[in-house]
Amino acid sequence: MKTAAPPLPGWLAVLRQRLFATWLDTVVSLLCLYVVWRVSVPLMQWLLIEANWNGTSRDDCTSSGACWVFIRARFAQFMYGLYPVPERWRVDLLGLLAVFAGAALSWRGLPRRQEIMVATVLILPPLGIWLLYGGFGLKIVETREWGGLMLTLFLAIYAGLIAVPLGILLALGRRSRLPLIRFASIVFIEFWRGVPIITVIFLASLLLPLIMPTGFNVDRLARAVIGLAFVIAAYMAEAVRGGLQALPEGQTEAAQALGLGYWRVTRLIVLPQALRISLPAMTNEFIALFKNTTLVLIVSIFDLLGIAQAALADPAWVGMNMEAYVFAGAIYWFACFGLSQWSRSREKRLQIAHGR
Amino acid sequence: MKAFLRDRKVRDIFWQVMATIALVAVVVFFVKNASDNMVKAGIASGFNFLWRDSGIEVPFNITGYKPSDTIWALLWTGIVNTLLVSAASVVLATVVGFTVGLMRLSHNWLLSTLAAVYIEFVRNIPLLFFVLFWYFGVLAALPTPKESFDFLGVIFLNRRGLSIPTPNDASGFHVALLASLVLIGVQIGLARWAKARQARTGQDFPVWSAGFVLCGALPLAFFVWAGVLTSWDLPVLRGFNYRGGFVLVPEFVALFMALSTYTAGFIAEVVRGGIQSVRQGQIDAARALGLTPGRVVRLVVNPQAMPVIIPPITSQYLNLIKNSSFGAAIAYPEIVAVFMGSALVATGQAIEIIAITLGIYLTIGLAVSVFMNWYNARHRLVTR
Repeated sequence: MKTAAPPLPGWLAVLRQRLFATWLDTVVSLLCLYVVWRVSVPLMQWLLIEANWNGTSRDDCTSSGACWVFIRARFAQFMYGLYPVPERWRVDLLGLLAVFAGAALSWRGLPRRQEIMVATVLILPPLGIWLLYGGFGLKIVETREWGGLMLTLFLAIYAGLIAVPLGILLALGRRSRLPLIRFASIVFIEFWRGVPIITVIFLASLLLPLIMPTGFNVDRLARAVIGLAFVIAAYMAEAVRGGLQALPEGQTEAAQALGLGYWRVTRLIVLPQALRISLPAMTNEFIALFKNTTLVLIVSIFDLLGIAQAALADPAWVGMNMEAYVFAGAIYWFACFGLSQWSRSREKRLQIAHGR
Repeated sequence: MKAFLRDRKVRDIFWQVMATIALVAVVVFFVKNASDNMVKAGIASGFNFLWRDSGIEVPFNITGYKPSDTIWALLWTGIVNTLLVSAASVVLATVVGFTVGLMRLSHNWLLSTLAAVYIEFVRNIPLLFFVLFWYFGVLAALPTPKESFDFLGVIFLNRRGLSIPTPNDASGFHVALLASLVLIGVQIGLARWAKARQARTGQDFPVWSAGFVLCGALPLAFFVWAGVLTSWDLPVLRGFNYRGGFVLVPEFVALFMALSTYTAGFIAEVVRGGIQSVRQGQIDAARALGLTPGRVVRLVVNPQAMPVIIPPITSQYLNLIKNSSFGAAIAYPEIVAVFMGSALVATGQAIEIIAITLGIYLTIGLAVSVFMNWYNARHRLVTR
């Protein structure tokens, strides 16, 4: 007969229950520990312990670890691409403005928050294009000189700015009473959802010049933004539709009974609630958009990943593949992971607020 | 008059007519511009170019395509390559995805954390990053053919790709495949009979053990037997490269690894969500009835989890097929690379080629969603 084991101190008991409950658990845990050890030790050695941090050229990388000197030397290019150095303050200024506006708007106690939000959305994007591209007193910087992280953010944000309103309209269209509008919305949504994004970027860069009047030139970068925006709008539409469907019919009926017309019902009653429900799904679509901006590499626009890829061709820095990929990958990972965590915490807060 | 303008039907028709006019105007505007521009560029529209000689090299094909073949044959090679890499990736992604998803649900904290790390790592990084990473980061760092990794002396991995042996005579495998299909049919019949008998008499039949023998062990034995009987074309190092057998080019290997590990992260989340959607009370009740753990999974968890898992997994498969177009970034010869890339540059028939390419993807998508609707209708849980 077995006797009861003496009680273990708190943390040991937890450890035992979570890792060593049965002999099979013990074997699995030990195997996992072995895998973790075999992977993380060389990784840490390469990433940090044996890495080279200081210097200016490839010759300064003497130890066996990663050569972060390469990233240091190329850092400005990873951020701005070939954007001319004396004009880079414009990018910084725009970034600062965007961060400031975002911080101010996320403060709940801001007076007249709604009006300021509308004003920001209306003013900041055109201001951004002016700052980045130039004209009206600023030196013009052609889009082919843009690149790096700045271009990635530009693509994601501007495509998102087109995609969100378009997606909302499409979602409303798909649930419209009018059969023709419903049909057109369904065709639009299902077409763009059915084809790979890479073909859309090809399509935008090949077809847009073809279907425009002769002599009317659509900028290469604008083509990519439009292509990305159409696809994401179709996905956004499905995300919004989920929110619209989750809304009880009584909301619309009550609003109609009060004598409100379609657009007022939609603007004042339906959308504020539906968008709140579909925000997590919309955030996921935005993360997908952010990841898919990398595809502009196909039409030789050099975003963050593209610049990293292009930097590998530099004969002065042969064999820096891993360093470039790890750096670019880490930026994407932190951005996407941060966004999804933000969305999750928001979702939780809303659930608490609704008492669910 | 005012009442007429306020009438809902009238207004509905008015807005629809307006929308139609606007849409038609936009389309006409684009088509007119396109035809003007094409006349100016001297491009004749039409699909006759499909029967022209392509003259385009495709380094990796299993269709026997040669540059002297038509563009139609080139397109077909691209389709086959797309389906090939997609099918291989679907298999690995499913295996890895289910494994990681189940690991995520483990009571073992370490195991479930490892799975979570994998899922969060893979889902938050662009797929293109993985494709480039495998191609330029991992495969480019592989040794030269002379110093290849050697698996049992028949499979060789080096920076020129993965060399695998091929059978000289495949007829044995065809027989084995046929026999396996027959055995699967027998198993289905057996399962039906056993179910009917159990409903009638309550007698149990070990269907799963029989299935293991009929659909697992016996077909495996057939294939091994066929493999032993036939002679093999083995890769052999001649000079600087391996000759003989079949070479899976590095582009294929990189795309395959990137697609399957990436999609596996998404499948794992689907599997986890599906299994978690089965309420704990169901499992407790099944245990209380005295069912063995295996039967709890088979009779209670699976039938409730699978209808939740299958639809999103199907859309993940569809995503995978669409994502195989990322191969264009590393020149893996799939539809987009050979057709939208090479053939378009060679012929200049932009509109026709884009239409065909999009049509292919839309057809694949349509086929998958038709299947999904059929499956959903069949496996919908019957509830009160």
